[in-house]
Amino acid sequence: MRSQGRAEVPAHRVILANWLFSMKSLTKSSFFVLVTVLQPLIFSTIAFFMFKSGGRPGSLLYAALGAGLMGIWSSTLFGSGGLIQWERFQGTLELLIASPSQFMWILVGSTLATSTLGLYSVAGTLLWGAVAFDIPLELAHPALFVLALPATVIGLGTLGLVLASTFVLYRHANALSNLLEYPVWLVTGLLVPVSLLPGWAAPLGWILSPTWGIKAIRYSALGGNPVPALLATVGLSVAYLVIGTRFIAYFERRAREDATLALT
Amino acid sequence: MTAGTAVLGAPRSSSLTSFFRVLFVGGIIVYRALFNWIRPAIYIPTMLGSPLFQILFFANLGKYSGVGDTNFFVVGNAVQVCSMSAIYGATMTLANERYFGTLAQLLATPANRAALFLGRTLPVIANGLLVSVFGFIVGALFLDFSMPASQIPALALVVTLTVVSCTGFGMMLGSIGIRARDVFFASNLAYFLMLLMCGVNIPIDSLPGWMQAISKALPLTHGIAAARLLASGETLGSVAGLIRTELLIGATYGFLAFALFRYFEASSRKYASLDRF
Repeated sequence: MRSQGRAEVPAHRVILANWLFSMKSLTKSSFFVLVTVLQPLIFSTIAFFMFKSGGRPGSLLYAALGAGLMGIWSSTLFGSGGLIQWERFQGTLELLIASPSQFMWILVGSTLATSTLGLYSVAGTLLWGAVAFDIPLELAHPALFVLALPATVIGLGTLGLVLASTFVLYRHANALSNLLEYPVWLVTGLLVPVSLLPGWAAPLGWILSPTWGIKAIRYSALGGNPVPALLATVGLSVAYLVIGTRFIAYFERRAREDATLALT
Repeated sequence: MTAGTAVLGAPRSSSLTSFFRVLFVGGIIVYRALFNWIRPAIYIPTMLGSPLFQILFFANLGKYSGVGDTNFFVVGNAVQVCSMSAIYGATMTLANERYFGTLAQLLATPANRAALFLGRTLPVIANGLLVSVFGFIVGALFLDFSMPASQIPALALVVTLTVVSCTGFGMMLGSIGIRARDVFFASNLAYFLMLLMCGVNIPIDSLPGWMQAISKALPLTHGIAAARLLASGETLGSVAGLIRTELLIGATYGFLAFALFRYFEASSRKYASLDRF
């Protein structure tokens, strides 16, 4: 019965339907409006003023792109990190797992939605930079920029899948999200070059897709070769998908065996 | 029955003892019940971990942008992180009465309203101080923050007064939460706007005129400026004007907060909107 159901609903339709549903519901959440629209605008404004008064006005587009990516990370972190616990809290986790569609694909749709929502951040910070600080959006490689942006969103969305499947082990996922916002901004070099940090910080950033995503976006916007960073983002996305799949399968089996699915 | 009658029949502030009991014991009980982040598993990552990385982030961003020295960012952020408690904590201790469904019972009691209100601020202030002290320790351990040891008592006084002032602002948001649907949106926004406008990371004179005008009416701005001067070796007397302004701003917000609390209490009774969302 279950396998018949899976055959009737292809994975891409499950992902698309859940992506759309999650996008709609997250867009109506005031918290996500804050995280994806207002917070990046505030952080980009802080960076603009700091770069201007510090004598680095040429770096304003650099700062706008970085602040936009910070918004995508925040959206993914808060959206995906607490995803399974949120479903638990709402009482919908059992229904999702019992449904004929694979739980994995349902989650992929949701985590991709959380990172896609972060596109508001990129659009907002670029627009805010142009309107309030006269930052021209002149792209060195427009075609590659158009490729780099969705690749980064997918990179973060699949990273969100790993977050969703691991944060479930921690009862207070929101607290972990609060903790991890700034460190990832730091080690992935979104606003501050990693070279300013201690030597051990850089390798931490290598395994995180925002590191490569921001490089791909920056090189395609400001000049340089974005292709290696783009390929690294895609490669990490595949790795995250594999890891996320294993974790989700493990979590689902354990929750069924221990009858802890609905326990918050 | 007799005892109940005696309690109900008593004047609201019948004795100093009951006032202080509500103020201190009630304040602590309320804080333990309504401050969502009090468990160590939440408190450590949220109230200590997040400020730690905020300070590291802005100190490094400051180093890269070339705005100021490390001390500028350590002092600014170490004082500002008190608003993790002063804004979020204060909002929770008032607004959560409504979210947790206890507001009606609270307002039905004859407890002195000033004691009820002020009692909530004491643990918030203590916690805000703790977070700020932690921020300075982080600065000293990881960012080579240093200042003359003789300045520590004066700095401690200024940080305490700034936390008190910021708590007044937080209580105002909390009072609004007795009526507003989503006051935590406003708390989050206020926290981030303070990072922008209160001179935490950007020198005030680098901001546009309209932002400077807002910053002068916000808590933290004058406290941070005074703390920076003290950390650089200035005397307490030389920052007396800044301290007075910070206290005046805090007292204004605190007074406004209590007035709003009483207003929303009265109007909630009038329109039966106590538990309505």
